[in-house]
Amino acid sequence: MSPSYERLTIDQVKEGDELPPLSVDVTATTIVLGALASRDWRPMHHDKDFAINRNGTQDIFMNTPNQASWFERYLSDWAGPTGRLGRIKFRMHNSVFPGDTITFKGVVDKVETDVVGCSWASVSLVLKTGDQVDTTFSARIALPSKAGDNPWARRGDDWKP
Amino acid sequence: MSELPNEVGEEIGEIPEEVKGWLDQVRYESEGEFEVERGYFHTTCAAAENGNPLFWDDKVAEELTNGPIAPPTMLSVWFRPHYWEPGRSEAPLPWKIHFDLKRDLDLPEAVATDSEVAYGEPVRPGDVIRTREILRSVSEVKTTKLGKGRFWVIDAECVNQRGEWVGTETMTGFGYKTRKES
Repeated sequence: MSPSYERLTIDQVKEGDELPPLSVDVTATTIVLGALASRDWRPMHHDKDFAINRNGTQDIFMNTPNQASWFERYLSDWAGPTGRLGRIKFRMHNSVFPGDTITFKGVVDKVETDVVGCSWASVSLVLKTGDQVDTTFSARIALPSKAGDNPWARRGDDWKP
Repeated sequence: MSELPNEVGEEIGEIPEEVKGWLDQVRYESEGEFEVERGYFHTTCAAAENGNPLFWDDKVAEELTNGPIAPPTMLSVWFRPHYWEPGRSEAPLPWKIHFDLKRDLDLPEAVATDSEVAYGEPVRPGDVIRTREILRSVSEVKTTKLGKGRFWVIDAECVNQRGEWVGTETMTGFGYKTRKES
C-alpha cells in the first residue's frame, strides 16, 4: 500500500497565492544545532564571546546553510514531499540571534511549464524579525502537474532547474 | 549590497593577468572527506524541525526517489572538511578561490553577499561528492558601506562518484579595503 501524505499539484497554485506564515522562536540551541548539522565550525555560530568581541555582533547568529535549511522546511511544509527544489537564491541583510522570533512569509510569483513538461512555481520568500527583513529568498520548485506525476523521477535532459 | 560613489584617493590595484587567467577555468578540484551519511539528514531536519516524510519515512522515500536522499539544501555539507584530522595542522578551506582573490588582489577583508544554488541529481547515502571551483567574474572597483573593492562570482560545481551533476553553488563575494586600509 502506498504511503499517505499531502501533495500539492500545480493546478492548485496560481500567481499571487500567499504561503501560510511560519513563526519560530530562535534559541541558542537553534543556532548551534543548525551550525553543527551543516558542519560549520566557525566560532561566531557557537561562541558568544567570540561573536561579540571579534565580530561585533550582539550574540551568536544563524549561519547561511542553516537559513537555507529553514527555507527548505518552509517550502516543504507548503509543497509536500513531491515538491522538488530546482534553484534557490538568497541574500542576508541582517543576522538572526537567539531570542528573536522569526517569521517566514512567501508569495507565488509565477507558474509555468517548461519545454520538457515539468511544472514549476517561482516563489519569493522573506524571513523577518518583527518588521525587519533579515533575509530575502527566491526559489524555483517543481510540482506535480497532476496526481501521479513525480518531479523526482526526472533525470538528465528532463530536469532543467 | 548597495553601491556608493567611488571616492577619490582610495587605491585599488589593477586585476593581475594571472587572476584574469583563472576565469572560467577549473582552479581547484577536491573530493569530500567522507561518504554522505544519512544520520546527518536527520540532524539537519531536526535542526529546522523539518518533518518532510521524504527524509524520515522509508516507504515515502522508496516511492518518490527509489530510496533515501539528502535534503537538497545540504549540498555544501558534503564538501565541508572535518574540523580536525590526525596529522593535519589546519583545516582546508572551502571556497579556496575566495581566499586566493583576497590575497592576490590585496583586499584584506571579504564577505559573502549572495548565494545561489541549482540542484541536479539527488544526493544519496554513500555518495562521495567531488567539487570543482571556477571563477566566473571579477568586477570593476566598487564602493559600498563596507569599503572599496571588487565583487567576484565563484561557482562550486558538484558531481557524485558516477560523474552525475548534483548541483552548482554560486557564491558572490565582496573583497574590500576599509577606509583606514585604503
